[in-house]
Amino acid sequence: MSSAETTSASAGSRGSARHAQLAKAIADVREGAALWPLWGMLGWNDILQRYRRSLLGPLWLTASMAIMVVSLGVIYAQIFKIEIDDFMPFLCVGLLVWNFISLILGEAGTLFAGSASYIKQIRLPYSVYVFRFLWSKVIIFAHNFVIYFGILLYFRIWPGATAALALPAFALLVFNGACVSLYLGLVSARFRDVPQIVQSITQIVLFVTPIMWKPQLLTRYNFLMTFNPFYHLIEVVRAPLLGELPSWHNVVAVGLITAFNAALAGMIFARFRARISYWV
Amino acid sequence: MTPMTQPVLALDRVTVSFPVYLGGSRSLKKRLLSQGSAGRIARDANDRVIVDALHEVSLALESGERLALIGANGAGKTTLLRVMAGIYEPVSGTVAVRGRISPMFDIGLGIDVDLSGYDNIRIRGMLLGLSSAQIEQCLPDIAEFTELGDYLEMPVRTYSSGMMLRLTFAVATCFEPEILLMDEWILAGDTHFMAKARARIDAFVEKASVLVLASHNLEVCRKWCNRGVWLQRGEIRAFGEIEDVIDDYSAASA
Repeated sequence: MSSAETTSASAGSRGSARHAQLAKAIADVREGAALWPLWGMLGWNDILQRYRRSLLGPLWLTASMAIMVVSLGVIYAQIFKIEIDDFMPFLCVGLLVWNFISLILGEAGTLFAGSASYIKQIRLPYSVYVFRFLWSKVIIFAHNFVIYFGILLYFRIWPGATAALALPAFALLVFNGACVSLYLGLVSARFRDVPQIVQSITQIVLFVTPIMWKPQLLTRYNFLMTFNPFYHLIEVVRAPLLGELPSWHNVVAVGLITAFNAALAGMIFARFRARISYWV
Repeated sequence: MTPMTQPVLALDRVTVSFPVYLGGSRSLKKRLLSQGSAGRIARDANDRVIVDALHEVSLALESGERLALIGANGAGKTTLLRVMAGIYEPVSGTVAVRGRISPMFDIGLGIDVDLSGYDNIRIRGMLLGLSSAQIEQCLPDIAEFTELGDYLEMPVRTYSSGMMLRLTFAVATCFEPEILLMDEWILAGDTHFMAKARARIDAFVEKASVLVLASHNLEVCRKWCNRGVWLQRGEIRAFGEIEDVIDDYSAASA
């Protein structure tokens, strides 16, 4: 809630109207970021709410993820006839990052539609809902990430200083997540079958992306990997955590993906921000 | 209008129209099909009804003015309040606001029944834009007003509806409003609380520099407001002194 503001919809020519829209979208993001105590608390609360009155609380996230990593690791190492010390860390990091991505894709559709009661009752910057959403996903990721340390200890591996590169890579991933959830949430508020489309695509992506199988196993149809944005997004985080450097292909691809997402999110948000309250 | 008396809240030819999506047009499939095939399906996708909720509404309020929005159901009272609150950005026209808006539409907003009363007060305070320090400062006052005592440590889930109302009401009225926007709400509760609530809301409304109240209850409007707007089908029928507007309205609806 700002102290002095003027809202105008039909001011001047088309060009200046666009400019005003963009300025308002930027102001929205800035004001939203400043409200971090609010979305920080609401995001935490979203997690706690789900596990309240359970003994383990949010650690259930860690527990169920750990069971999945271990059981899939044991079975797939057998199927692919790979050393388990090699496969398990790979699978673990891949699944952790994938879990983060798929949660964002799966729930982005309800980002604004699910907050209708807030949007209709109080004027908050719309970016607050995006920050809240992403923050809760980062918290879930952090809970799951404990498993990574367990794997490191169990298999006595040490990624070395390279692992620090995972931090900026993860930051990029979060930024992409913010952009994607922003435009998916917005479009889904208007077209209610977008979430269904996204969900069915997400299911396929898990299997066509090298998460449960190693990239080297794909000898033909390499383009399936080269043109799979999820592969690059996962690889830039996964490689450093396994003590390797991502290839320059990966880095360039992630740069392009980020630029694309940022441009699309910026355009859609600037253009349709004011319509959100009418759509939800 | 001289530059000395700048209005606190000014609407200039504000028009708001709602697209009503009837099933089909909300789906992407219909939208895509209608682009690809002309005729029958295209008409299907275009069953978009547009409701003109507000049409060229202009008004200005200065500090100290208390405005009542009067009109039949569906006249656009709530929409007008939401436009003032910045929730709906108008399709055309401008809204100029000088000061902090305090909307009081849904006093139960943001209540999480699994959290304790205290935590709910904190969330609500943050939603209203208060800092943690300000909230902690308000806490004793709110706690005292609710008369809930140790219950405030318990999850709101365990509250009776009357206790819930005390809590939400206390939280909603805990900080000083500047521009107060209120939708009509019915106060229900035990008589002791009702008397207390009235006193509190009187004091609360007094503090606001501008009040806009949407109500069907003409007595409430007379008591709290000095200006009135009579809305009919999204347009202003009358705007002026509260008594005049109420007289016009009563005469027309009698």
